Amino acid sequence: MRQTRTIEISTGLFILLGFMALVFLATKTTNIQTYGDRGGYSVTANFTNIGGLKVRAPVTVAGVAVGRVLGIKLDPKSFNAVVTLQIYGGYQEIPDDSTASILTSGILGEQYVGLDPGGSDTFLKNGSTIQYTQSALVLEKLIGQFFSKATAPGGK
Amino acid sequence: MSLLREMYYIILGFLEGFGACWLFLFRILSYTPSALMRPGLVFQQIYSVGAMSLVLIIVAGLFVGMVLGLESYNLLSRFAATSAIGSGIALSLYRELGPVITALLFAGRAGTALTSEIGLMRATEQLAGMEMMAVDPVRRIVVPRFIAGAVSVPLLTVIFCTIGILGGYLLSVMHLGVDDGAFWSQMRVNVDLVEDVIQSTVIKGIVFGGAISLLAVYEGFYAQPTAEGVSNATTRTVVNGALAVLVLDYILTSIFFHGA
Repeated sequence: MRQTRTIEISTGLFILLGFMALVFLATKTTNIQTYGDRGGYSVTANFTNIGGLKVRAPVTVAGVAVGRVLGIKLDPKSFNAVVTLQIYGGYQEIPDDSTASILTSGILGEQYVGLDPGGSDTFLKNGSTIQYTQSALVLEKLIGQFFSKATAPGGK
Repeated sequence: MSLLREMYYIILGFLEGFGACWLFLFRILSYTPSALMRPGLVFQQIYSVGAMSLVLIIVAGLFVGMVLGLESYNLLSRFAATSAIGSGIALSLYRELGPVITALLFAGRAGTALTSEIGLMRATEQLAGMEMMAVDPVRRIVVPRFIAGAVSVPLLTVIFCTIGILGGYLLSVMHLGVDDGAFWSQMRVNVDLVEDVIQSTVIKGIVFGGAISLLAVYEGFYAQPTAEGVSNATTRTVVNGALAVLVLDYILTSIFFHGA
């Protein structure tokens, strides 16, 4: 009888420990907060170049995450990237003349969409399009511009 | 000419074992629902293959995590990118090292025990005795052990990964002075719940656990009923189990990350 109870208790503890470990891995070490439906509304923004932006990347205002990237596709006519952003339900009052830019967190960090609020009295709503966008900076183009400026006559 | 004939027999023997293994698996699976109706037997086996392997897995996980921390620090500090150390440790553990090392350790710790136990039952005619009493040894002995292995390995894998992360954290944050916040936040950005934890860690754990347990019970059940036969069967469990894990690992990885 004693023997059986020891076996049952250690088996139970082992299984419990396994599931606790799984919960720890899922909640503390992964991007679990980008899963699940947080409600809210979706808006679109057209960019000429999105760099390395990925689906589920965060959308921030002043560094605070207010949404995420829902989808990325190519407009077949204008060859612009159409990015669908989901803005969480708690952020209803973002002016509709805000600027969306694709930024990078740190040198090796991932890319995200930063919203700079404008001054309009009307707000973004489900299905609206962000007019003002700023594309990702592509390092090669930047360096190219720098060199063409430096070697141009009159430049130094 | 004799070389060709030799190869022919080797290939034939491999195919025979491979096919017999699959047939054995279908036989086990057909008994699985009825075995789950008597969970006592399964729990007892989870104790002896899973809970008893816990100390081994925890010690191994701790040291693998610390070594990963050291190696990534050594490499990343050259690029002043030590903030990426957390995600590096987590991704290498979740995707490959956690499932594979756990499965290899499990093959050595529990697979051998399963094979020699069942093989010895065969050698001492306990299995024949059960058949005499109209007790199906596959249902009574093999199936609970197979289920216990397939359940224990994924649990051991997530425990291994958790301890490995903590080991890497201890070494890199406490000892080497990597930034605490960067360690966790970079990990949370780069580790994907479905792709890395569910698919890689858990599914690989289940597949590896099933494969090793199947090989172990198969080798034990069909072992030559002699001392030498049981010892050969035990050796084959470890060798074939390790090879099966590595081949399955490649197949699963190429399925999960075919796009990337």
